[in-house]
Amino acid sequence: MQDILFYIFAALTLFFGFLVVVNPFSRNPVTSAMFLVLTIASLAGLFVLLNAFFLAAVQILVYAGAVMVLFLFVIMLMDIKEEERRRFKKFGVAMGLTAVAGLFGIVAKTIAESGVGAGLKPAFEGDTKTLGTALFSSGQFLLPFEIVSILLLVAMVGVILLSKKDLK
Amino acid sequence: MDWFNHLNPDLQFVLLSAVKVLAVLFLALLPMVAYSVLAERKISAWIQDRVGPNRVALPLLSGIPFLGSFLTRLGIWQPIADGVKSFLKEDFTPDHVRKIYFWLAPAITLIPAFLTVAVIPFGSTLGAQKMVIADLNVGILYSFGIVSLGVYGIVLAGYASNSKYPFLGGIRSSAQMISYEIAMGMSVVSVFMLVGDLNLSKVIEYQAGTTLGFIPNWLVFKQPVAFVIFLVAAFAETNRLPFDLPESETELVGGYNTEYSSMKFALFFMGEYANMIVSSAMMVTLFFGGWTLPFFGLDQRAESAQWLTGLAHIGIFVAKMLVLMVVFIWVRWMLPRFRYDQLMDLGWRRFIPLALANILATAVVLFLLNK
Repeated sequence: MQDILFYIFAALTLFFGFLVVVNPFSRNPVTSAMFLVLTIASLAGLFVLLNAFFLAAVQILVYAGAVMVLFLFVIMLMDIKEEERRRFKKFGVAMGLTAVAGLFGIVAKTIAESGVGAGLKPAFEGDTKTLGTALFSSGQFLLPFEIVSILLLVAMVGVILLSKKDLK
Repeated sequence: MDWFNHLNPDLQFVLLSAVKVLAVLFLALLPMVAYSVLAERKISAWIQDRVGPNRVALPLLSGIPFLGSFLTRLGIWQPIADGVKSFLKEDFTPDHVRKIYFWLAPAITLIPAFLTVAVIPFGSTLGAQKMVIADLNVGILYSFGIVSLGVYGIVLAGYASNSKYPFLGGIRSSAQMISYEIAMGMSVVSVFMLVGDLNLSKVIEYQAGTTLGFIPNWLVFKQPVAFVIFLVAAFAETNRLPFDLPESETELVGGYNTEYSSMKFALFFMGEYANMIVSSAMMVTLFFGGWTLPFFGLDQRAESAQWLTGLAHIGIFVAKMLVLMVVFIWVRWMLPRFRYDQLMDLGWRRFIPLALANILATAVVLFLLNK
């Protein structure tokens, strides 16, 4: 059951991800954004299969519910027509394919060398309490957590500074 | 029931869940949506000193002496007429719309409201069954996640309509819902700091019993600030007056649903009421003790043989929910609409700092108590 679900969600993730970037039927940015939402939702499904319920819920809440809505907001406000008219350039396609092939080669080599088998044992199950304790215990992930928080704060201040037109 | 016990447990679970889903959806949620529309019309009529819907009569039932005419005057058959009307009206698709999104948007508005119901415990136990469709241990996060998807329907409706007023409505609604989601999420954090669990059944267990013998242990008394923020944010999330800027008639014709007609319009309408019902259910669960009452031992789970207690719990939950629904409707007909900048100001400059202060205060109190 779990295996079948994994293949279903993995296939959906790839399929929707594919449609985000190279949708043969529509070059509309809003369509791409909507497929990105579906990609995120299927990723959340994969998280659930890994017992990481918290991550799955946050994935939907933050990415699908907030970030993508803002994306959509901006796309709709700017009403981008340019993208629909643009044709594929041969050079661009060639470079893109090269990059994808390179990345695929690296990942395939890593997987082949590490050997696919039983898989690693998770450090902890993904339920909220253990996750919280792990994040806020000084022995475990407290320092990385604080650093990421400061990074986000800096980014936030930076965005406000950039978007303010005249600084006094 | 003999054949049922012979099935394997997985299949039993699937079948029982399906029965619960169908029962909650078709026996509870959809009729409640229909009749909350009637309640809205009746209450608005009483507030404005009118009579409200009192004409729709069914051929045989209205012939019953006294009772029949009483029900007709109450408008009890009105939702049936409304439903039939929205199916029979012409389903008009304007020429300039983006077809696919135009068709999808009404459905996308309605689905999240239905999905959220899954985690709400609407009763204790009936027989051996827990009265909740999915008892997730991240229940509240799940419901916030799904609720946050509700905005897509409205935004897409605005985009698909491809004309200026719906578009403005869609943009307004996305900005409004994102802003108030933050305040809403933060107000709930302090609740869960007290409870110590994200599971909604645990939240209800925490609220059983009384303090000083007569005040119920409901979180509304322990976290009044959180409740006020949640209530106001719920009004903003459901696009209800005083925050109904996405569809404010005086400025935007009908807002995001201007171009819609017949059943597609009705779906938006149902979505609004379904969202109200879900928010009320959420508030009952989080702040008003869910299916518990602190008297007559009604705050304990019903044993498997106590069918009556189980039914009473469901009744208590529904009754509490209906009170909050009436508040929703009442507020709509009492308060004028906010201006858009006032709405944003209230969300970002008042409620978010207030919610943060509330979290800090809760943390300090908990720290001092546990020291």
